[in-house]
Amino acid sequence: MEPLREPIRPLTLDVSGLPSVAFGEHNTTWLANVFYMTIEGMMFALMFATYFYLRTRVQHWPPGHLPPAFTYGLANLIVLLLSVVPARLAQKRAPSGNLRAIRIGLAALSAFAIVAVVLRIFEFTVLNCRWSDDAYSSAIWVLIGLHSGHLATELIETLVLLVMSFTPKMEGTRLADVAINSDYWYFVVISGLLMDFLIYGTTRFL
Amino acid sequence: MIPEATFHFAGLLAQAVPLAPGSHNILHPGAPQGSHIEWLYWFIFWILLAVYVLMIVGFTRAGAKSRVLSREPLPISEYPEGDRRAKWAVGTAVAITVIILFVVLAISVATGKRVAGMTTSKNPVTISVTGHQWWWEVTYPNPQADQTVTTANEIHVPVGTPVVVLTNSADVIHSFWPPSITGKRDLLPGYSTAFWFQVDQPGVYRGQCAEFCGLQHAHMGFSIVAQSVSDFQAWQQQQLKPAAEPTDQEVARGRAVFLTHTCLMCHTIRGTDAGSRVGPDLTHLASRKMIAAETLPNTTGALAGWIVDPQRIKPGARMTPNPLAPDDLQALVSYLRSLQ
Amino acid sequence: MTESIIEKDRQVTRLTPDPELPGRLERTWRQHGGIWGWLTNTDHKAIGVRFMVTAFIFFLLGGILAALIRLQLMRPENSFLGPDAYNQIFTMHGSTMIFLFAVPMMFQGFGVYVVPLMCGARNIAFPRLNLLSYYLYLGGGLLMWIGLLTNTGPDVGWFAYVTLSGPGFSPGHRADIWAQMITFTEVSALGVAICLATTILRHRAPGMTLNRMPILLWEKLVISIMVIFAMPAVMVASSLLLLDRLVGTHFFNPAEGGDVLLYQHLFWFFGHPEVYIIFLPGASIISTLVPCFCRRRILGYTPIVVSVIATGFIGFGVWVHHMFATGLPQLSESFFTAASLMIVIPTGVQFFFWMGTIWHSRLQLRLPMLWVFGYFFVFLIGGLSGVMLASVPLDTQVHDTYFIVAHFHYVLIGGALFPMFAGLYFWFPKITGRMASETLGKWHFWLFFIGFNITFFTMHFLGLRGMPRRVYTYSPDMHWQTLSAIASSGVIFMTAGVIVFIVNVFRSRVAGEIAGNNPWGDASLEWATSSPPPAYNYLYPPTVNGRDALWDALPDQPVVVGLRDDIRETLVTHSLDTEPQHKDEDPGPSIWPLLASLTISATFVGSIFTPWAIPVGAPPVIITLIGWLWPRGHSPTPMRGRESWSH
Repeated sequence: MEPLREPIRPLTLDVSGLPSVAFGEHNTTWLANVFYMTIEGMMFALMFATYFYLRTRVQHWPPGHLPPAFTYGLANLIVLLLSVVPARLAQKRAPSGNLRAIRIGLAALSAFAIVAVVLRIFEFTVLNCRWSDDAYSSAIWVLIGLHSGHLATELIETLVLLVMSFTPKMEGTRLADVAINSDYWYFVVISGLLMDFLIYGTTRFL
Repeated sequence: MIPEATFHFAGLLAQAVPLAPGSHNILHPGAPQGSHIEWLYWFIFWILLAVYVLMIVGFTRAGAKSRVLSREPLPISEYPEGDRRAKWAVGTAVAITVIILFVVLAISVATGKRVAGMTTSKNPVTISVTGHQWWWEVTYPNPQADQTVTTANEIHVPVGTPVVVLTNSADVIHSFWPPSITGKRDLLPGYSTAFWFQVDQPGVYRGQCAEFCGLQHAHMGFSIVAQSVSDFQAWQQQQLKPAAEPTDQEVARGRAVFLTHTCLMCHTIRGTDAGSRVGPDLTHLASRKMIAAETLPNTTGALAGWIVDPQRIKPGARMTPNPLAPDDLQALVSYLRSLQ
Repeated sequence: MTESIIEKDRQVTRLTPDPELPGRLERTWRQHGGIWGWLTNTDHKAIGVRFMVTAFIFFLLGGILAALIRLQLMRPENSFLGPDAYNQIFTMHGSTMIFLFAVPMMFQGFGVYVVPLMCGARNIAFPRLNLLSYYLYLGGGLLMWIGLLTNTGPDVGWFAYVTLSGPGFSPGHRADIWAQMITFTEVSALGVAICLATTILRHRAPGMTLNRMPILLWEKLVISIMVIFAMPAVMVASSLLLLDRLVGTHFFNPAEGGDVLLYQHLFWFFGHPEVYIIFLPGASIISTLVPCFCRRRILGYTPIVVSVIATGFIGFGVWVHHMFATGLPQLSESFFTAASLMIVIPTGVQFFFWMGTIWHSRLQLRLPMLWVFGYFFVFLIGGLSGVMLASVPLDTQVHDTYFIVAHFHYVLIGGALFPMFAGLYFWFPKITGRMASETLGKWHFWLFFIGFNITFFTMHFLGLRGMPRRVYTYSPDMHWQTLSAIASSGVIFMTAGVIVFIVNVFRSRVAGEIAGNNPWGDASLEWATSSPPPAYNYLYPPTVNGRDALWDALPDQPVVVGLRDDIRETLVTHSLDTEPQHKDEDPGPSIWPLLASLTISATFVGSIFTPWAIPVGAPPVIITLIGWLWPRGHSPTPMRGRESWSH
């Protein structure tokens, strides 16, 4: 290998004073999360489009089924909307390193997430159709299944961060991760809202 | 794997049935729509050829005039005056490109309208084509059931008359494509679309399935026989009749073979008890020029070979081998050859 | 030259060289050795080469399949391959070339190797995600090829239309293997897209504002965004197909309200951007090589960048032109004809500016540039035949015939393979430290160019004579045998050319002329460091003073100092103006990407055989991901966590 030919006595740009953690949109993991939400958002958008496309292929909707019962779904929607509060709390307090607030926020968020998962399990039982009945049923099940995947993933991620908040590792970039986790949680809430609208709302008027 | 000999044999036989010139060729159309598309092809082709030649001349000249035969990287140069002129040239080229694309768009849409829109007021003949793996079910629907012609693979049409095709598929996506007549239309399961074509010159025009549909996609041909109106009506009347009654003992024996073997599980011969719609309707099999979807000529030898082992000719086809005793086979083939 | 934006408000001093710095950086940034080192390597250069080598091997395998196809079609009613073998072979050929070669080589291989160097960064962003992406790609390729070798190769065409690929007409696991290969490679491409987009947006050298970004970085950014929007569509298509096949959903079953065109819409919404994901990297290589070998700045930087972005956008609006034979409404057909014609314009703009650049220049026709001219000759034919295909009536005739096969081979081989060889010869000295042989390279070029045209130009005529695609044989009455034989003969030349290339690579790696930092005199940052670069890429991260970094550099162009050399510290800059923002830490080599890829692969492959693979496979995946993300407490200074920062 040739000896390196560095610029001879170039000027210097000294970055030693820069922080080693960034919060908000400056954080690169934040950017990765934005890309990830875009990808998953496209998946949802395409599943929504699939659902509406399939609607155009039959006369009645739902075809030969009762619409999904919305009791558990409505309850879950309320739980999801309320969960925004602890998510926001954790997000706001994380940058300052306020461990107490972070723990409370993450614990509350985890509790909401667990309740949401339990309610979601019950939601599956009152869809009034089986995924293998017809294309409509397949679409309903995949819509709710896709969202459930995100819900479960978020629950696990929140729990992991909660556990981490009780260890000395919760410092530096990990605090930014707590804030970013809340962004992903908002995505789960919004996609859940839209998904609920489709399977509980549009099945009653389309 | 198909033994070579069978194909040589089938090929020799097939050569006994010459294809009409220009019967399966986009650039040798035999019908108005094909002609419109061929015209469009040449129109666009010459434009594109001119563009290509200009571009290649441009790149060659640019390279030739600028080339320097030196190996070591030369210092960087700037060409403010030349670049100024070059930018104008690029702008002009882009403008010309846009104009050419507009012209292509306009001519294409106009041709499309001409091809798709029926202009004649003559009553169309309607046929329904249903794709199967690997044959074509063809019916000429009529409100009266006994006036509905059902056949397979060979489509007869009267010249000078629009033919409306209703598409269907019984299994997977196929594509109905007679290149010398018109462009293709996919046969989609779950959809029925309509398109039309018209043939003005009598003749036999070949077509082939143009959407990959499984093992024997390569052997899913069809033919369109364009006849004078009177010939077409005669053909139609003949197709509506039930199967010819056996005239001699061997033929009668053949019919008995047909009705006591697995043949009737898949095939219909109207006028007998065989009424299954799984495979092609054989009521007038002998009136067709080819069998097995344009794969073999409709001769005694080919028919016998096909019946005994269709898997050697079209491996994967839905027809099972039928190892018949030679006498039975001969009688059966005689019967089938009698079904005009 | 504009004034450097870095100067203002900063105390600048002159660099004092530190002779111990290379050693310290080497110790900090080096990867492990041996097999463990190979498995845990997160250096983008190693992974980039890995992508390229693996993709090239799949290219050779796909090429062998192509040769088998041409052998079968050489004669009518040939019995070399039966229909079942043939259907697997042509499906595998297309799937291998598109999913296992074109994207992994053009986007992932070149992108992962070149982009961080061209940004002036020490490594790619998210290096472990990058490594995971490689393993998942390899897993998908192995899955499909083990499938072929066990007679379970997919046999429904590379786009696997329903209902043929559905549970009713494709029993067994062949189509499932295809669908899961899609899942593997699509996740891999998405992973690399996130890495590259983040690197380009946040790890560019100070001074490399958006306005000064090399065209290759613009294109990789646009392609990454395209991947992010397009890949989900094929994920949905293949996953719904898998669900139909494995658990009895009815998305594509017309008998129960499903729809076959739904599959085509979902697939081609991905499929058309996919071909631009393959074409744009090729164009980016051309835009890099033309100015270098013309010894001048490129003409039309801004219009070219706008054209690349426009291609990315319009590329999402033309997919229905793959469905013109299905009987769509006329209005819809006209719209997609117009859009498909419109996309010619941005490509034309690039071609015109390339020609304009060469027109006033001093052209040094070195080996990579020969391939660039080959690209002009070949891709143009494909692009122009594409104009024909945009016309609906014409397309209804030539769709699904050998005319289409000719068209897409001209655009794919012209648009990707020729630039690929150009790029491989161009960056060969950077990767290996030696120059490839020009003589062997010229033999390679001419053999391949001649063979390619013999094979594929002939196919235009076959299509016009009515020969459909994907037929394992044909009757002698069709008069296709002469043209088919001619088309098959070209394979000999192409094979010879590729063999010459392989010989060239192996010989030049050990016996080629030693290359310095910048044998071509190019402008971008990767040529500012040694060939091959050290583990840490740059002794001091560079800054930039113009679009052509090395040509616009001041004699005392500033370098970045102040990053720690005892940990893997990297600099993060602002996306637009590259103002230094904060420092980040590269995670270094890690076993977690391998472990995660094993658990993920087991789940994906298992789910082909039973849906229980998902609940059973998920916990190990979760464990490996937690292990991956769990922070390692190795920071030497506890102060790091308690720094103050503004937010």
